[in-house]
Amino acid sequence: MAVEFSEAAKQEFSEILTHYPTKEAAMLPVLHLAKREFGHVSTEIMAYISELLELNVTRIANVVSFYTLFPGTPEGKYVIQVCSTLSCQLMGAETVVDHVKKKLNIEVSETTPDKKFTLKKVECLGSCGTAPVMQINDTYYEQLTVEKIDKILDSLK
Amino acid sequence: MHELYFLKNRDNPESHTIEFYLGHGGYEALKKTLKQFAPKEVIEEVKKSGLRGRGGAGFPTGIKWGFVPQDNPNPKYLICNADESEPGTFKDRYIIEHEPHMMIEGIVLSSYAINCHQAYIYIRGEFVAGADILEKALAEARAKGFVGKNIFGSGYDLNINVHRGGGAYICGEETGLIESLEGKRGWPRLKPPFPAIVGLFNSPTIINNVETLANVPLIMERGADWYSKIGSNPKNAGPKLYCVSGHVNHPGLFEFPLGMNLKELIYEHAGGVYKAHQLKAVIPGGSSTPVLLPDEIDVAMDYDSLMSIGTMLGSAGAIVMDETTCMVDALYNLERFYAHESCGQCTPCREGTMWMVKLLSRLEHGEGTVDDVDLLKDVAGNIMGRTICPLGDAAAMPAKSFVQKFRDEFIEHTRQHRCPITKDKSIKGTDANA
Ligand SMILES: Cc1cc2nc3c(=O)[nH]c(=O)nc-3n(C[C@H](O)[C@H](O)[C@H](O)COP(=O)(O)O)c2cc1C
Ligand code: SF4
Ligand code: FES
Repeated sequence: MAVEFSEAAKQEFSEILTHYPTKEAAMLPVLHLAKREFGHVSTEIMAYISELLELNVTRIANVVSFYTLFPGTPEGKYVIQVCSTLSCQLMGAETVVDHVKKKLNIEVSETTPDKKFTLKKVECLGSCGTAPVMQINDTYYEQLTVEKIDKILDSLK
Repeated sequence: MHELYFLKNRDNPESHTIEFYLGHGGYEALKKTLKQFAPKEVIEEVKKSGLRGRGGAGFPTGIKWGFVPQDNPNPKYLICNADESEPGTFKDRYIIEHEPHMMIEGIVLSSYAINCHQAYIYIRGEFVAGADILEKALAEARAKGFVGKNIFGSGYDLNINVHRGGGAYICGEETGLIESLEGKRGWPRLKPPFPAIVGLFNSPTIINNVETLANVPLIMERGADWYSKIGSNPKNAGPKLYCVSGHVNHPGLFEFPLGMNLKELIYEHAGGVYKAHQLKAVIPGGSSTPVLLPDEIDVAMDYDSLMSIGTMLGSAGAIVMDETTCMVDALYNLERFYAHESCGQCTPCREGTMWMVKLLSRLEHGEGTVDDVDLLKDVAGNIMGRTICPLGDAAAMPAKSFVQKFRDEFIEHTRQHRCPITKDKSIKGTDANA
């Protein structure tokens, strides 16, 4: 089955094109749109984007691989990104990672067998004053404690 | 008590709405400026104010704007750099989420000054909530006619779009950002030409930090003379946001005039060192700036004072480290960051950051030698000045300063064949001033 944007996404795509003098500049917005639509950006999805933007598919792949926010394969329903950079490390980020690992019984960069959670270590999220910090999908969770992490993870259905 | 500008509405949950902003004098500076000032006069006013870039380098803003060639037939662009990713820095996020209209008013004023009709806000991809707030604020501003065609009946038109990044620190570097916005990898360009001459879509482009642009309404509202009296001196002027993170009891964001004393900031405002531990080191301006020893922190947090003691104001992100911190491990953490974020174009940066990570891993795990400590300094020295963009130097400067100021601790790792510090890896609860 060939991938295709929903009607709403197609409309959004047309709107995005009006923001720039070149089609190529719509690259990141379209990649974000694709991630929202499909959850990841596979080779097949890149081929679809290459048609939309009238660019060679290797150009798309070259850009996708440069950034961290466009995974090539599906991830868990909830992607847990624990900040591991200095300010968070000083405030206990390693303990945060260890706790999540133990609780979900997975290693960093793994997904639980039920495809519910993926755990990642990431670089500074720009929220160092409320360290330790993690981002789950679009939401930031700050000033974490072990109890808080438990509550957050238990609340995700 | 000094007057707050950025943080004055900190406790008000409605501060991001246009009604609130208008109710507190918002967009008055824009209205007045479009009526009374020619674009050139705005540039002059900003030059006179002494405003310098808040994104890291501290370049005088008005002077940068003056570089835009007005006889160039191409359109001119303004980009607001909201990529905020320098470890230790979390000030722009506050402005984006709490004072988006201050930022938008600053963008309109600055775009008017350089005769630009299309501006972009490049916001880091992780700031999803921030991007939503900006889109809503822009919609409000468009509906009121503050953004769009014929603003305040002046005949001036400006379109603003939000552009989300893809997760890469290097896209905060201005030419990496331009490449990224054009739809390519965020590979920095060789300078010159500078973006003000050849930037986005081969056109003259001004890139300014969020906080820099958010200062402009204040300058236009109260005047350059008034503004230049805030802070240490006319070359280090204006209100300033300071980020304090790491081992303090009360981390968070603070506002003071430029030139706030770093020691006072840590001890009087950020609640002092965590649980009254001994202070070991402070990185004053974000991860790229050389580290300070406890006896060096009685210093004014402004561009020139910090420069005079061999470090930098950078993005004003102070990272405090107490006696439980291992300096080898802390540097190891930072160099992993730089190795991960190096775009890989220049050999000294790509290879050098990887080498530093390897050496630091060896040292931290007790497998290093004294030669490794010297080699680490040499590798850092070999990166400096040999790369396309300043990320190379940003990775090298902390390494050089850590080894220089904490040499004994590095050597102790090689002597004991293990890390000699009892690290505290527990999660530290603080009363964050978020
Ligand atoms: C590796 C690197 C990352 C940077 N990241 C940012 C950033 O996230 N935000 C920012 O405003 N400036 C950043 N800068 C500085 C920009 O290149 C540029 O100098 C700045 O946006 C100019 O704005 P200003 O004059 O208002 O400070 C970075 C520079 C480098 C070398
Ligand atoms: S210095 Fe590093 S980040 Fe900058 S262009 Fe060279 S390789 Fe890329
Ligand atoms: S170091 Fe974790 S948010 Fe900045």
